[in-house]
Amino acid sequence: MALLEINGLVKVFGGLRAVDAVTFHVEQGEILGLIGPNGSGKTTIFNCISNFFPITAGDVLFKGKSIKGLKTHRICHLGIVRTFQVVKPLARMTVLDNVTASAFCRVGSLKEAKDEAYKALDFCNLSSEKDKLAKSMPIGGRKRLEIARALATKPELLLLDETAAGLNPSELDEAIELIQRIRETGITILIVEHIMKVIMTISDRIHAINFGQTIAEGTPQEVANNPAVIEAYLGEEYAQG
Amino acid sequence: MRTRNIVLIVLGIIALVFPLVVRSDYYQHLVIIALMWVAIGSAWNLLAGYTGQVSFGHAIFFGTGAYTAGICATKLGISAWWGMAFGGIMAMIFALFVGWVCFRLRGPYFALATLAGGEIIRLIATNWESLTGGMVGILIIQTFRSKLPYYYIALVLAFLCIFVIYLVMKTKWGYYFISIREDQDAAESLGINTTLYKNVSLLISAFFTGMAGAFYMNYMAFIDPHVVFSLHYISIMAILVGIVGGVATTMGPAVGAFVMVGVQETFRSAFFGLAPKWVSQAHALVFGLLVIFVIMFLANGILGDWEKIKRRLFRIKVSSS
Repeated sequence: MALLEINGLVKVFGGLRAVDAVTFHVEQGEILGLIGPNGSGKTTIFNCISNFFPITAGDVLFKGKSIKGLKTHRICHLGIVRTFQVVKPLARMTVLDNVTASAFCRVGSLKEAKDEAYKALDFCNLSSEKDKLAKSMPIGGRKRLEIARALATKPELLLLDETAAGLNPSELDEAIELIQRIRETGITILIVEHIMKVIMTISDRIHAINFGQTIAEGTPQEVANNPAVIEAYLGEEYAQG
Repeated sequence: MRTRNIVLIVLGIIALVFPLVVRSDYYQHLVIIALMWVAIGSAWNLLAGYTGQVSFGHAIFFGTGAYTAGICATKLGISAWWGMAFGGIMAMIFALFVGWVCFRLRGPYFALATLAGGEIIRLIATNWESLTGGMVGILIIQTFRSKLPYYYIALVLAFLCIFVIYLVMKTKWGYYFISIREDQDAAESLGINTTLYKNVSLLISAFFTGMAGAFYMNYMAFIDPHVVFSLHYISIMAILVGIVGGVATTMGPAVGAFVMVGVQETFRSAFFGLAPKWVSQAHALVFGLLVIFVIMFLANGILGDWEKIKRRLFRIKVSSS
């Protein structure tokens, strides 16, 4: 049984079928990359999984049980947590308080929450910045803060939404290294990413979509050579050549 | 850190001995009212300052508390002091309804909904004459002739309110409130039941505001809908106390309460009779100017911008010497 199963997911906004019958699954322990050109529906799939808006049709199963219609915070308690493409730091809180607030997801007392927060900060190399206000962090730090905050909720499945976007080359390598370390702790990862270096390096499998529909699925190599994927990204001529 | 503790201890001692030293009824009255506003301002601050849900309708809870106390005396024939407990609880019951309706909205829409709620309940209180006495109001007999007991009750109320909120903000609830203020979507995705915790914040806030209302009934011995459900004198005043003192600070509303009651009284009495009479009519205008001043120069309130104020004062001192 897969950890997460997306069955025929449909999301319609007015006349637009943003996600059109997408089906895929994420196995326990793997990193599944979700790719597609801009506006192809990747973030919408994330929003549907975490129920930021209701699903039009289809189902989302977590450990074999439907989580469709559950409140977002309930889904987090079940063990699915997401980061945001446009980072959402709790701006006027310190980095430590940001992570402490999310650690309360699993523990009751302030002391335990702070302990968990320190662990998550340490893991994401943020310990030295713990007393800074989140709004004073540069983008690289904010991206890591998003991840630290997500990890503090002790997830089984981590949804990363363009964690590497906007990072410089050295930060990019750190991000790749961080994601691989997260996987080593046993957390399953579903990642949306545009930067091919990241997605090709870390993914076990890749699921490609365009205009809300699946166009390819397979190992990074298979997907990279798939004509439909090349066409979606580079145009028809390249696909034929 | 240590200087702050010393300041707090000194303030505490001053608060305890004040009415024994200053025997004037007039000044005791002003401080009693200010202490009541410390409680209301702190309660408002919990919801608006920490949780980010700006209420323009705290008169709902204040008036409910006051009327609960009044109705205890006039209809149930028990002491209006029971209202201190029942008033808080009744305000919480009203808060459940307010939260159920208004928390469907966010930001300014929430604020407007609470404002409308305050006006609705004022009209109900005005027209439900069999229960509230309508515009005639409720008149009871004061329990004490001296102001001393009222002073200490108000002091305990103000202290309790600040202290409980201070403790709450050190727990999971406090972290959740601030998270909700900073980003509701992020909070929700991190496992925080934002609807539930917004209501928790509102209930605590309403409870203390209701208690303050019940105290007002006992102390002033007269209420009518235009006073206790007033948009201007209660709801807006609560906001001013919070903003002027400093939102999302523990002691900000306490500072704001004394400043605002001072300003209000100075203008109401036309600078204690020194200025022409018409000045007293302009106190609403002065409130407005004060808000503009605070927003422009002390956006975080007196306590929130204390460092800035100190720097300013210090620089002035240096340049004048």
